[in-house]
Amino acid sequence: MLDIPAELKYAASHEWMRLETDGTVTVGITHHAQELLGDLVFVELPKVGATLAKDEQAGVVESVKAASDVYAPIAGEIVAINGELESAPEIANTEPYTGGWFFRLKPANVADLDGMLSAEDYARELGA
Amino acid sequence: MTQKQTPLYQSHVDAGAKMVDFAGWSMPIHYGSQLKEHEAVRADAGVFDVSHMVVLDITGGDAKAWLQHILANDVAKLGFVGKALYSGMLTEQGTVIDDLIVYLSETGYRMVVNAGTREKDLAWLTKTSAGRDVQLNVRDDLAMLAIQGPNAIDKVCAIMPQWADAIRGLKVFQGLPFGEWFVARTGYTGEDGLEIMLPATDAPVFFAELIKGGVAPIGLGARDTLRLEAGMNLYGHDMDETISPLQAGMGWTVAWAPAERDFIGRSVIEAEKNAGVAMKQVGLVLTERGVLREGMRVATPYGDGVITSGTFSPTLKHSIAIARVPASTDSSAEVDLRGTLTPVRVVKLPFVRNGKQVFE
Repeated sequence: MLDIPAELKYAASHEWMRLETDGTVTVGITHHAQELLGDLVFVELPKVGATLAKDEQAGVVESVKAASDVYAPIAGEIVAINGELESAPEIANTEPYTGGWFFRLKPANVADLDGMLSAEDYARELGA
Repeated sequence: MTQKQTPLYQSHVDAGAKMVDFAGWSMPIHYGSQLKEHEAVRADAGVFDVSHMVVLDITGGDAKAWLQHILANDVAKLGFVGKALYSGMLTEQGTVIDDLIVYLSETGYRMVVNAGTREKDLAWLTKTSAGRDVQLNVRDDLAMLAIQGPNAIDKVCAIMPQWADAIRGLKVFQGLPFGEWFVARTGYTGEDGLEIMLPATDAPVFFAELIKGGVAPIGLGARDTLRLEAGMNLYGHDMDETISPLQAGMGWTVAWAPAERDFIGRSVIEAEKNAGVAMKQVGLVLTERGVLREGMRVATPYGDGVITSGTFSPTLKHSIAIARVPASTDSSAEVDLRGTLTPVRVVKLPFVRNGKQVFE
């Protein structure tokens, strides 16, 4: 039961990315990631204005079961965070690709997105 | 290796369970949301399949004397049929082989031990009973369900009206046989409720009736957060064969009197007690963000301790843990939380009883 929207890009570390019309990139964790973690109880988000390198830690998700780091899949500056997740982390369980987004970044180089996994690649990565 | 299935495997799959490996068994970890299941048990009623646990019937003229030799608690306390006793079973070195419940039965005793320790327990029981008039009968023909929560007994009685009066008459830690069924007022959640052993062939129908009767199916995930809130040990985490029961909060389960009862491990833990036990079991509370996890280091002015079980408490909405710390530890400590030493409160267990916070 894999839920991997075709229009998104993915990182092997289970983040998804969506290129917005204003050139920013929205990042969240995949349906598969939230399923692995189980019920989320805490989400720690990066600070707006922070500049992150590719694969740098951007936050933490904690579930009843485990803690896991969330990474910036591409380099960029954080321009927005989803503050709602801090009080209601379960949104990332129920709506991982919509209401459960984590942060939005202004990519250092938008072409970096091309190097990320397609939906098909990510599905293959999961052994589907 | 193929995973073993309980008689309720198909019932779990039909109820939408996510099945995982637990001690070689395919068991439900949750049926959608561990947190909602936890809340169902605290506020209403839930049913757990614990058929993977090992039920043993013990008979023979030497059964009592043998159990008095291999258990740290004393089965002489069992005054009538159905009465239950919680005990540790110790090595010669005074460490914990397993924790278990033993009931006085009509024919002898009935013992329930952990699934993960099945093979070594059976080997130990066989070895220590050799040469004695003791017969062990592993009851793999039985299933076992735990129905727990403030409305658990009412909901079971609604399904079993013919047994309702007898079930309502049970006191805590007592059980009764009903033909091939055995119903006990015991559990592992800190709520009122029952544990029922029944023929495996009866289990799927009874499980379906419970769900129809408004009892939510509960997976192993919530079982763990419930027992942790209740301050109850989990074998292999809070104690094992490297730990004395006196350092794992099990001191109350050791029957020291009569002094002449020479149970296995006694001399070692008695010497430990007389010398002063170096470590004690406590609860830790973290009210800020973050989750305490098993294995994290606990720093105190008296030396280091360790978290043996930790989680997010769905009832208290913050993290709690069971830890083993130096005996002098007072009301505060620090936990190495992913690289940051974070202050935590040190409290007496349990955290939650009957749906309410009980510490402090």
